[in-house]
Amino acid sequence: MTLHLAVALDGTGWHPASWREPGARADELFTAGFWVDQVREAEAGLLDLVTLEDSFALDTDRVDRVQGRLDAQLVALRVGPVTSRIGLVPTVIATHTEPFHVSTAIATLDYVTTGRAGVRIKVSSRADEYALFGRREAGAESREGLFDEAADHIEVQRRLWDSWEDDAEIRDAATGRFVDREKLHYIDFEGAHFSVRGPSITPRPPQGQPLVTALAHVDVAYRLAARGADLVFVTPGGVGRDGPTGDAEAILAQVRAEEAAVGRTGDPLHVLGDLLVVLDDSADAARERLRRLDETDGAEMRSDARILTGTVADVADVLESWHGAGLAGARLRPAVTAHDLPRITRGLVPELQRRGLFRTAYDADTLRGHFGLARPADRYATA
Amino acid sequence: MAKKQIHLAAHFPGVNNTTVWSDPASGSHIEFASFRHFAQTAERAKFDFLFLAEGLRLREQGGKIYDLDVMGRPDNVAILQALAAVTERIGLAGTVNSTFNEPLDVARKLATLDHLSAGRAAWNVVTSWDEFTGENFRRGGYLPKDKRYLRAQEMLATAQALWDSWAPGEVVADAAAGQFVRHGDAGRFEVRSDQFAISGRFPVPRSPQGRPVIIQAGDSEEGREFAASSADAIFTRHAELEAGQQFYADVKARLAKFGRRHEDLKILPAATFVLGDTEDEAADNARQVQYQQVGPHTAIAFAEQVWNRDLSDVDPDGPVPSFDPKTSDDVDSGAHISKGRASVRMYKDPVAVAHEWRELGEREGLSLREVVIRKNGRHTFVGTPQRVADTIDEFVQSDASDGFVLVPHITPGGMDVFADRVVPLLQEKGSFRTEYEGTTLREHLGLQPSPTTVAAVSVEA
Repeated sequence: MTLHLAVALDGTGWHPASWREPGARADELFTAGFWVDQVREAEAGLLDLVTLEDSFALDTDRVDRVQGRLDAQLVALRVGPVTSRIGLVPTVIATHTEPFHVSTAIATLDYVTTGRAGVRIKVSSRADEYALFGRREAGAESREGLFDEAADHIEVQRRLWDSWEDDAEIRDAATGRFVDREKLHYIDFEGAHFSVRGPSITPRPPQGQPLVTALAHVDVAYRLAARGADLVFVTPGGVGRDGPTGDAEAILAQVRAEEAAVGRTGDPLHVLGDLLVVLDDSADAARERLRRLDETDGAEMRSDARILTGTVADVADVLESWHGAGLAGARLRPAVTAHDLPRITRGLVPELQRRGLFRTAYDADTLRGHFGLARPADRYATA
Repeated sequence: MAKKQIHLAAHFPGVNNTTVWSDPASGSHIEFASFRHFAQTAERAKFDFLFLAEGLRLREQGGKIYDLDVMGRPDNVAILQALAAVTERIGLAGTVNSTFNEPLDVARKLATLDHLSAGRAAWNVVTSWDEFTGENFRRGGYLPKDKRYLRAQEMLATAQALWDSWAPGEVVADAAAGQFVRHGDAGRFEVRSDQFAISGRFPVPRSPQGRPVIIQAGDSEEGREFAASSADAIFTRHAELEAGQQFYADVKARLAKFGRRHEDLKILPAATFVLGDTEDEAADNARQVQYQQVGPHTAIAFAEQVWNRDLSDVDPDGPVPSFDPKTSDDVDSGAHISKGRASVRMYKDPVAVAHEWRELGEREGLSLREVVIRKNGRHTFVGTPQRVADTIDEFVQSDASDGFVLVPHITPGGMDVFADRVVPLLQEKGSFRTEYEGTTLREHLGLQPSPTTVAAVSVEA
């Protein structure tokens, strides 16, 4: 079995000094061309998907760091028509968004890309983000409560995607009916934070169910993924808010335990390990790059994911060992996109292909297809 | 003196009986290819902008989902953003409701759309309060009706404050000097108003237009004042010459007191068109389209909206019902047979409407369906391309409007014939651009640049 490879795009890269590197194009960060070129590079490397980071709040007050961020869903939509195979997975903050709006926007992304849409659900507990919305009190809700809300958010999105059966549009001239309303369904979701009646305004998207993903470091997040996601990003050898996350095997065991605990049925979660990569021709050169970047920024880079400084062969070794431990693949976070993304697509990918661990051509047209997931039956269809 | 220039917008055929789905030429209303075709036609014709309405809940009638019209649509801002990838100049306008959204999210989406389209974004700000729509959203339906304009005004003022919170040139991205922004707290804002209590930093640097173009629709006194104070364009229904001139004069006269120029607000009535090679052929075509738009079932459904009761046993090809409508004190109270449809609120006096219909039917010997067509199915422009071009130009030159929002009845090819046959005639008259001169929608519409002073960005009400 081959492994799955994703890249996490975040501005000019995951190192705070990445914007100052040659070729970073920091002055183009808020233009379409910047994002189109990055995703096309990832697609040239036959990657399964790119994720697009997002948050409503800014991360720093420092004038020597990147400030400003575009809406990730819209970045994906802008890139959609000019790419053809790669999955596009924007981040959505469940805590501050309407599940109805998110569901229709992701369905629209799926239409625009004819089946390459996904969504990464994120929970926010940041006080500065709460203040931007002013609707609820930061810290007033438990972590479990926030994750339960995110699970509800996913559930509503999924029900809305299914709320139009595939053959609901009939255009029956004899009876004057455009749709068969027996094939449109109220979802009647009622939860602690929202109730949604449905049906969606958007017909069932090409994939039926776009791919739902989450990043998880702790049990409560593994549980969320087990309840509602198709794919979970985890951080073997990394550090979550509660401390070290453990190795790939330990994390996988926790994920599977949560799946059993919530009684998950159907396809098991695809589990991808996150790795922040600083790549170069030699391990020494990579370490020197990181040292120089840290020096430029004036601080040592910190990350929840394991940081790998080394060659593409070193990364391939880690991925191979993770694969052996049962992970489905990896999501790589390039420290400096301009430098590390091409090393992933033009160095790591051929290396993995040599080892027989990665596809040599896309063999599916949809994001679900890349993961071998069938188009699911509609939960409301009776026929 | 140069001729007054016409501004044209292309409205993607919507969820309405005017959109004909039974015609062999009618294609998908949801696939991206349809939107691309429509947008590229409008851009080829040098239209100012493309407009997409918004859907938040499927309509119902008699407690059931209304199934006679085209329905099912994408998220409109999402599809506009995707269309930015396959067009270069045309403006991209979408309706976004002010009740079921939060200002930070809306302002961020529109600023993103503006960045990722290089300055082509526009927002049609609408108000809504009905509980029916609210059932799909966190807030439910609790916004009192009398707060709807207040919320819309505060939403817009807040969004504008957020867009203004980053000064032009704030992002320097000077790698050598190690300076990305000029100030560490760019985007700082605080809003305390009736509807909002928010603060922090707006995350999106100033977009190419500064402020995306603002559109309003609304005919009421409140709506006109709102538009005159803060909109760049207003959508109206006044597509008849005299009514148009009155509306135009009224709204333009309100601008001065808000310190705005005559040309700072563009007045754009909605309009439909049916063409033919001769006047007779056009009239025949128009009649045929009307019968497609108001089929027998739709005629009954429309009558039910007036009579506010089930009329499934009424013959659409027979006379207008002889009994009077069921009246309710407030059609918004939730008791009305039709839900999710703004036009129903227009029937303020259903009994009078029913009498008018009956009288028309008796006087001219028309069936119920024919009366509905007469009352609802009128096309704005019917004629040869030359006739239609003449009429549009006359309208604009005589200050009945600054242009039109045109909605064809066929998706996606309904605008093709207008682009091919009418636009060249408008261009010959010297009333419509032959090439885009600017790159942003503000430039297409001849609007002033957005204010560049960073406001103290503190809104209080």
